[in-house]
Amino acid sequence: MGFKALGLDVFPVSTAAETKDTLRHLTAASENEYAIIYMEETVALGLEAEIDKYKDKPTPAIILIPGPEGSLGMGQAALKAAVERAVGSDIL
Amino acid sequence: MATAVVTPTRMVLNQQKKRLKTARKGHKLMKDKCDELMRQFMDIVRLNKELRIKVEQGLTAAFASLTVASAIMSPEMLEQALMYPRQSVELQVKYKNIMSVNVPQYTFTTKNNDPSEIYPYGFAMTSGELDDALDKMARVFEDMLELAQVEKTMQLLAEEIEKTRRRVNALEHVMIPELEGNIKYISMKLEENDNATKVRLLKVKEMVLEKAHDFK
Repeated sequence: MGFKALGLDVFPVSTAAETKDTLRHLTAASENEYAIIYMEETVALGLEAEIDKYKDKPTPAIILIPGPEGSLGMGQAALKAAVERAVGSDIL
Repeated sequence: MATAVVTPTRMVLNQQKKRLKTARKGHKLMKDKCDELMRQFMDIVRLNKELRIKVEQGLTAAFASLTVASAIMSPEMLEQALMYPRQSVELQVKYKNIMSVNVPQYTFTTKNNDPSEIYPYGFAMTSGELDDALDKMARVFEDMLELAQVEKTMQLLAEEIEKTRRRVNALEHVMIPELEGNIKYISMKLEENDNATKVRLLKVKEMVLEKAHDFK
C-alpha cells in the first residue's frame, strides 16, 4: 500500500492463482516493462516453482520482501539456496 | 572406455593428441574462470546478506508505522490518501559484464526530486504516523533497489558457477582421461603393428634364404 506513494506500481492479490496470473501477466505481456518485482513472502508461499523460473533470466528480478506480518525467512532461504547451488554446500 | 571407436592410425593419434592439448588448455581456463567467479560470488553473497537484513529490518519498521497509521485513520481515509501517487519512479537497467555474465545494474530516476514530494496527500486530514511510515519506506526503498541488483547478480553468478563447474568436471573426469586412454591405446597398437611387421620381415628373410641356399 505504502509503496504506491513512492511511485511503484502495486498489484494487490489475494489468492495463489491470482498471484500466478498477475506474475505471468507482468512478466509475459510486455517483456521489459518491469525489471524488478517485489513480492511479499506470504504471497510467494507455494509459488516457488514459478519464481525459480525467473532466477536465471537477467530480467525480471523477483525479490521477496517481508510482509507486514514480519519476515518468514524466505529471502534468507533463497540466499542459502543460491550459495548451495554455486558452492555445492551451505557454507553460510 | 571408448577405445573401440578410434582407429589405430598415426593420423588419429595426432588428432587425439591435439584434442588432448586443447582439452587441457580449456580445463585450465575454465578452472580459472570458476575460481574468479567464486571469489566475486562470495563478495556478493556477503553484501547480499547484509542488505537483506537491513531491508527486512527497515521494512518491518515501516510496516509497523503503517499499521499504527491505519489504526489511527479510517481505512477509507488511508486508501484515499495513498490513492494517487505524486511521485513516479523510472527504472533503467544497464548490464555489466562480470566474467562474461551479464548482470543488471539499476539506476532509478524519480520524477519529483524534492524528498518532501513523496506525500501524495494534504496534511490536514491525515495523521503524522502516515508521514512517518512513508518516510521510512522511502528510505528503505533505496536499499531495496540495491538488494534487487545484488540478489539478481548473485543468482546469475550462481547459475554460471554451476555451469562452469560442471564443464570443468566433465573435462577433468571424462574428456581428458578418455583422450589419454585413446592415445595410449593407439600408440600401443602402432607399436604392436611395428613389431609384427619386423617379425614378419625376419621370417620372410629366413624363408628366402632357406630357399636360395638351403641355408639352415
